[in-house]
Formats: sequence, C-alpha cells, structure tokens
Amino acid sequence: MSLQQTPTPTAPNPSPKGSVKNPTGFKLFLRRCKEQRVLLYMSIPFIIWLIIFRYLPVAGWVMAFQDFRPARPMFEQDWAGFKHFEFLFTDPRFMEVMRNTLAMSFINLILGFVTAISLAILLNELRNVTFKRIVQTISYMPHFLSWVVAAGLVSAALSMENGIINIILTNIGIIDRPVMFLGIGEYFWGIIGLSDVWKNVGWNSIIYLAAITMIDTEQYEAAEIDGASRLQRIWHITLPGMRPVIVILLIMNIGYILESGFEAQYLLMNPMNMDYAENLDIFVLRYGINMGNFSLATAAGMFKTVVSFIFLFSANSIAKKLGEARLF
Amino acid sequence: MKKFLSKFTGRRRGVDDLVFDTLNVIFMVLLVVVMLYPMINTLAISFNDATDTVRGGIHLLPREWTTYNFEHVFGEAQVLQAGIISILRTVIGTSLSVFCTAMVAYTISRQYFVLRKFTTLIFVLTMYINGGLIPTYLLMRELSLIGTFWIYVIPHIVGIFQLIVTRSFIEGLPETIFESARIDGAGEWTQFIKIALPLSLPVIATIALFFAVFQWNQWFDVFIYNSSYPNLSVLQYELMKVLQNSNASLGSGSAAGAFAASQGGVVQTVTPQAVRAAMTIVVSVPIICVYPFLQKYFVKGLTLGGVKG
Repeated sequence: MSLQQTPTPTAPNPSPKGSVKNPTGFKLFLRRCKEQRVLLYMSIPFIIWLIIFRYLPVAGWVMAFQDFRPARPMFEQDWAGFKHFEFLFTDPRFMEVMRNTLAMSFINLILGFVTAISLAILLNELRNVTFKRIVQTISYMPHFLSWVVAAGLVSAALSMENGIINIILTNIGIIDRPVMFLGIGEYFWGIIGLSDVWKNVGWNSIIYLAAITMIDTEQYEAAEIDGASRLQRIWHITLPGMRPVIVILLIMNIGYILESGFEAQYLLMNPMNMDYAENLDIFVLRYGINMGNFSLATAAGMFKTVVSFIFLFSANSIAKKLGEARLF
Repeated sequence: MKKFLSKFTGRRRGVDDLVFDTLNVIFMVLLVVVMLYPMINTLAISFNDATDTVRGGIHLLPREWTTYNFEHVFGEAQVLQAGIISILRTVIGTSLSVFCTAMVAYTISRQYFVLRKFTTLIFVLTMYINGGLIPTYLLMRELSLIGTFWIYVIPHIVGIFQLIVTRSFIEGLPETIFESARIDGAGEWTQFIKIALPLSLPVIATIALFFAVFQWNQWFDVFIYNSSYPNLSVLQYELMKVLQNSNASLGSGSAAGAFAASQGGVVQTVTPQAVRAAMTIVVSVPIICVYPFLQKYFVKGLTLGGVKG
C-alpha cells in the first residue's frame, strides 16, 4: 500500500476546467471513478445486492413462458409459449380473482383517500393543540400494529359471540340477532375497506396535514374578513391548497391498483367468504407455493406488475396533459 | 356548558363556529374510542379468567382478574423461542438496514458522485418493478437462504422509501460543513461517519422506527420460507397460527379446545380466545410503547419523503 492510495478529497466540481489535462468522455469517467473510489466502495456492494435480490427475480418471468419443473436448470425447461396466459384468461376462477382484486383495491383507494383527507381537514380545524396532538398520536397507533394483530381485533369485533359490532347493532335494533359477518362473502369487501381505514387513516392523514400547513395563512384571514364561513374556507382554500399532493398520491396509488393488499385478505379469509376474498396475491400463493404450479403463478404475478406499470404511466401522462402535478 | 366546551375548542367567534367546533370535538372523541376500544378490550380479556370471559360482557376492565393467560403463553417453549427470534431479527435487521441504507443514501446525496443518477434510478425503479412471489421464492432457494435466520435480514438491508427520505435529508444539510471537512483532509468515509450520520439523527430515528416495525411485524417470510423450521418462528407467526386455528372453529363455541391445568388444587383453564388476547398484547405492547416518542421524527421524515420523493 503506497501512501498515494489514501482517499484523496474529491473536488465537487464536475468539470475540472482549470486543470492542465482536460480529458473527456470515458477517460474522464474513469479518472473520476478513481478519485471517488471510496464512494464506489460504499455503494457498489449494494448495487450488486439490488441486482441479485430485486432484478434477478424479474428475469424469472421467463418461467411464465415455460413448463417449469423445479428439478431442472432454468434454461433446460420446456417452452410453453403463452399457454399459461391463455389458461388464466379463460379460467372462470381467475376472472373472479380479478373482480375481487379490482373491487377491493378500488374500494380501499376511494375510502382511503376520502377518509384521510377529511381527517386531515378536521384535525386542522381543532383549536386546542394538546387535544389535536393526543388525537393524532392515538390515530397512528393501529398503523404500527401488524396485520396479524389487526385481523385478530377485526374478527373479534365481528364475532358472533360477544363481538362489539353485533352487540351495538342488536342493541340499537338494526339487526335482531347476531350476524356472522365474516361468513357472508358479500360483506367481505366492505370489511376489508373499513379495516384498512381503521388501520391507516391516521397515518395517511399525515401527508395531507403537512400540505395544509403549507397553505398561506393570509388567504384564510382575507376570507374571514370577507365573511366566509368555516365550511366555505375549507372548500375554497384548504381543499384547493391540497390539490397537488392529492394528485401525486392518486397517481402513485393508481400504479398500485392491482395491489389490493395481501395480509388482511389472507388472514380474514375462510372457506365461507373465499369467493369474495381471494385476490391475485392469494391466487399466486395458492397455485405457486401450495400446488407447485410455478409457471402459472409467475404468469399471474407478471400480469399484475405489467398492468400496474401501464396504469402508473397512463395516470402520470393524463395528469401531465391536464396540467396537474405529476410524479415524473 | 359553553364555558366547558370552550375549554376544548379555545377561541370562538360565532354560533356557527361553536356548532362546528363542538361537532368536530365529538367526532374526534368517537374516533379515539374506535381506535382504542379493540386494544383495550383485548387487554381486559387477556387479564380476565378464560372461562369467565366466555360468559361475555367483558369490555373495558377484567371481571375476574388473573395473570394465568400470560403464564400459560410464556410457559410454552415455542413462544419463548419465537420471542427470541423476533427480538434478534428486529435488533440485527434494524441496525444493519439503518447503517446500509444511510451509507447508500450518503453516496447518492453527493452531487459530484459519478454513479449518483444511475444508483438513484435503479433503486427507485424497484418501487414499481418486482419479480413477484414465485421467482423470489426460487431465488431464495437457489441462494440457500431458506431455513436460515439470514433470510429475515439480507433481503431488506436497503429500504427504498427509507433511502429516499434519508437522501433528501442529507442533501438538505449545509454543504459548507462537508467542504470544510474536506479541506481538513477528511475522506468520504470520515465525512459519512463523523458528519452525515450524527447530523442526520432525526431521519435515522425515523427510518430505524420503520425498519424495526417492519421486522417486528413480519410473519409472511416465516410462513413462506421457514414454516417447517419451528426454531426460526417469530411471535407474529405464532399469533397467526393461534388466530387461524380459532378461525377454523368459526361458529362453534370459543370454549372449544380449552386447555385445563391444575395449579395447587385450583383448576385454571385457558381458551383459544384468551391465548389470542394474551399473545396480541405481548406482540403489540413493545410497539405501542415506542412509537409515541418518535412521533415528531417520523412525521417530519414522512413529510420530507413525500414532498421530495
């Protein structure tokens, strides 16, 4: 080790104008790499890690076009063309799974947005700061619980024996006797939607509250002088002020339209509600891990990612055309 | 009444305002009740005699106080083993992830770094592209990570969201500090360890909380990869199994499958419901105790990531 190999301070100017030699292109790149080798040592191991753990599985999509048998190496498999995709799109069960996935993520998306935005606005209207902080702190709590715990709490609340929901509903006379909510498939989407709101509404409101605090307070003062009521101020100042954040989050969430969640559905699913509970992720798990049909499950998973990607880019370009804020 | 209300609502201007504020406060109180009741109810059940709970009517407080449910839960070797693994994966996983994520974030926060754009791009892209469950499963098998503890740690050493948040924070630090350090001869490593890390404590606390909550709450990787290795199970997975078993007996009485244990002549029993409640409390209490103290950090961190991400 010579002394010269100790890390030299790197010059933060990208083009060394004043230097005697003025190399360009690849030579410059190599020289800068040498100068910044400590930064390279600090990042390259993780780039390799990323390629192995995040990009290599994408190459595994090739399985969707094969009749994959785990005992053989990846490129000695029998090719199957689009067989698995054809099977998926003609399979009535897959159609049901798609319906469940889209329905649940759509319900979660709308319900999640409306509740989080409303909560942020109402929290912002609270005048007592201590009370506001207490409510906020408590509203974040469910977000930090695991879905295992949350699903346990939800099924306990919905239980026929001493479940609080059944107790309240029978006492105020909406139902005559306890209902087995988790045993009725038609209720499942609503249960998932409301559970998701319970778990995440406080957390999701953080970003909207931050957006509200960025709004110029002079606008509120001016509106007050003009005699605008609280609701008018919310409608004409607060909501428009939150618009860029709402649009960006909407685009991001549309990219996850086939991502209806997995844990809540899997943990609350039972044979009675399964026709409404099974979504794409559960389908992949059932075919892939439980039945060992790796190719079909990969095809379904690949379909999910590709559709999500298309949705993300379409939503982004629509926002761009409408002159709204956008993701990229 | 008016005076009482103004205590909560503070200044008020007109009748409309008073009505609005009152309704708002009532709504918030209801919200707090909805958020807290399930947990308080579970707490009451976990400290209530199991056979007494079956009679119903336990809401906010236990009726027949007992710690037997917890004694039963902690008496199981499997639960203790799972607790150790849960703690290990949270401690090791969090510290490793925080360090590695901060390190990568530091490199991509340096404007002059040659691979800055490339590194940022390939990390951010993975938010939208992923191979999915099956290819990932096969990869883990090829790498012989299945059946080891490291499958809980290595796939998560850099968190993408955490990376973006940390990068934004470090970029916001005054560049002059780094410049003067460079003039004093500090290399990149020294700048990272001695300047970037200590000055980023708020964001480090935030991402540490995110990683810790993720690790502590994770059960899916245990279920997928290590379900046939009981010595690598975690608490959440044990709770999940209890939950699935009591779901399987849905409809039948929750006293079904009660265990009985004789203790000094007094017969004490536990039911799946009581075990579930006690386990729920055991896995939730650590998180509930920690997150309020980190609130100001994660609110700031989340806002930062949301605005610049």
